[in-house]
Amino acid sequence: MIAATELARRHRLRWWEALPWIASLACFFAFPNYLAFGTQVLITILFALSLDLVLGYAGIVTLGHAAFFGAGAYTVGMMAMHWGWNEPISGLIAAALVAGAIGLASGLVLLRTHGLALLMLTLCTMALLEQAANMGAAWTGGFDGMPGLSFSKILGLFGFDVLYYRSQYLYALAVLFACFAIVRTLVYSSFGQSLTGIRENLLRMHAVGAPVRVRQVLAYTVSAALAGVAGALFTQANGYVNLAVLSLERSAGVMIVLILGGYGRLYGAFVGAIAYMLLEHVLAKAYPTAWQLGLGITLIVVALFARNGVIGIFDSLRRRIERSAR
Amino acid sequence: MNTKIWNRANALAAVAFAACSLISAGAIAQTVKLGVVLPYTGVGAEFGQQVDRGMQMFMKLNPAAFGPYKIEIIKRDSKNPSGAEAKVAVQELVAQEKVDLLTGFIYSPDAIASASLATEAKRPMVIMNAGTAWITTLSPMISRVSFSMWHAGHAMGEAAVKIVKAKTAVVGYTDFPPGKDSLDAFKRGFEANGGKVIDEIPMGGPGQVPDFTPFFQRAKDKKPDVFFVFVPAGDHAIGVMKTYGALGMRAAGIKLIGPGDITQDIKLQAMGDNAVGLITMHHYNADLANPVNKRLVEAWKKEYGPASTPDFMGVQGYDGMAAIAHVVTTLKGKIDPDAAINALRGWKYDSPRGPISIDPRTRDIVMNEYLSEIVKKDGRLYQKNIGVITAVKDMCKELGEGRCKQ
Repeated sequence: MIAATELARRHRLRWWEALPWIASLACFFAFPNYLAFGTQVLITILFALSLDLVLGYAGIVTLGHAAFFGAGAYTVGMMAMHWGWNEPISGLIAAALVAGAIGLASGLVLLRTHGLALLMLTLCTMALLEQAANMGAAWTGGFDGMPGLSFSKILGLFGFDVLYYRSQYLYALAVLFACFAIVRTLVYSSFGQSLTGIRENLLRMHAVGAPVRVRQVLAYTVSAALAGVAGALFTQANGYVNLAVLSLERSAGVMIVLILGGYGRLYGAFVGAIAYMLLEHVLAKAYPTAWQLGLGITLIVVALFARNGVIGIFDSLRRRIERSAR
Repeated sequence: MNTKIWNRANALAAVAFAACSLISAGAIAQTVKLGVVLPYTGVGAEFGQQVDRGMQMFMKLNPAAFGPYKIEIIKRDSKNPSGAEAKVAVQELVAQEKVDLLTGFIYSPDAIASASLATEAKRPMVIMNAGTAWITTLSPMISRVSFSMWHAGHAMGEAAVKIVKAKTAVVGYTDFPPGKDSLDAFKRGFEANGGKVIDEIPMGGPGQVPDFTPFFQRAKDKKPDVFFVFVPAGDHAIGVMKTYGALGMRAAGIKLIGPGDITQDIKLQAMGDNAVGLITMHHYNADLANPVNKRLVEAWKKEYGPASTPDFMGVQGYDGMAAIAHVVTTLKGKIDPDAAINALRGWKYDSPRGPISIDPRTRDIVMNEYLSEIVKKDGRLYQKNIGVITAVKDMCKELGEGRCKQ
């Protein structure tokens, strides 16, 4: 009975869910000189959120999620470079469509496998795209990338700010908010519940007659489209894109972010991206040559003592307090 | 659900975001602030260290170079060559730290991504490595003290005909921008002087060292006079030497030549005896006999140990600081961006790599290119100077090739 009311209640908005957004807006006014970094954090949150949908909710283990990030990034870049299509919001939609299409096509094939085979195949998909981008250097700019991309005003009102990243920050925040709303609705819907079911007990979901593979492919496609939007934001905010958007480093990095924050939780991407990137940024500034040591030790400590990520630490704290209160 | 608690985590993170960002430096009068963007970690850390040491050696050997003006160096790690990391570093150096000048930039993408910021913020940018030829065309604020791939490639093409006396060549290159640039540059230089490139062989990417045997066998079958190879320094170059030796190409009368990137001084001794006889063209090697270089190498070994050596990147860091010192003293410690770039135009300097200057038109470097052959002396590999081409410009911009057209 309690569980049932809990289930019914969980999709309801709670007062504190406004806090991250208020904090993000507060950062805009408090740190006007750090908005370039802030924009990168917002983009990473969106990318990690897209990964959470497949990894955390649907239980699809992938090391190739940068394939979709890169597809979105290059879609926007190539449209601007070769067709002069500079309108940012339609660029985002195009990036979502292209990345989603690649997600659908590769998902139909890849999701027939699971475990290590799936892991390897996702990695291969990304490597194939990376090599294609390298070989098509006339189109993609290859390793040196596409320099000096410029985009027209957002909604015809706010021009991209090369030096202070003010409009990029707010733009990324607005896009993140919209995407978050989609993901939140999705995971609290019956579709989201069935994804969790697939993750927790595949055989049982088959036994109850759930269309397992269709749902997996659908989740994979939506996630790919969202990753594509993150990639498109990356290109638009930086006015630059090169092969690094398709690298294993980006795939693995976002996975670390998600695991650090706590996967399978809506706000894990937020906590992970902010914790990881802030730590990296501050350490790298203080010790430009040795910051990786500090970051590495932190990650080891979290992996050893907080299996469920940073959010998990607060979870277990709360449980302990509740137990002692009883 | 436990969402209540992790929201608190969010709020905490936001507070931390605030607290950690409050590190700022107050401005001090008559101090010039220099922002240095280099890869201090990751795959490029070794190169970042070379440039950093070169900068330090300049300060040590020329303590009076900045005159009465104080220079404050603020270092930032450019991490991976994605462009984005370097751009964030540059953005904060400009917006938060209020630097007067920017320098560093090992990887071309880092310089390319940051160019628009240099233009927008009007901050002169002295590039200490990034070798893609057209970078200097991206912003009027950019000046380069390093090289472009065309300097060595084109000069090698010329020297291959005039000094090595070759008529035919095969080119093998690692398939990424420096490799392709090197191929184009060599081909232009070689064919303009009457040689002929009879085959072009892409040899894999920069990520992994491939098995070079099939590529080298194909080159051997064509029987050229010279085999021009561009690969990244280090393990690639070592693999090239081994394969060249194993296939008996020297005995077949095919000379191995290339730009000096493949005989980078810090990697040279690891290449082994197979490297003896290799002919390269570059703007610097640690065995150059001029007195400025002898002084640098001696001081370097004293500072960083007898096994260490400056290489071309170290010297680029050294010369970059010399250029910045020139700007600071010329402008009397008050950096006006346009005046700074004008001070760099036509600047001449007696560098460890011989006489250098900045081309007033392109803001790119003009320098000597040295042809050297690897010999074995006193149990170590040594680069013996066998020819020089003086005052070489970036031929990509001189010839108006591809993106260099302007």
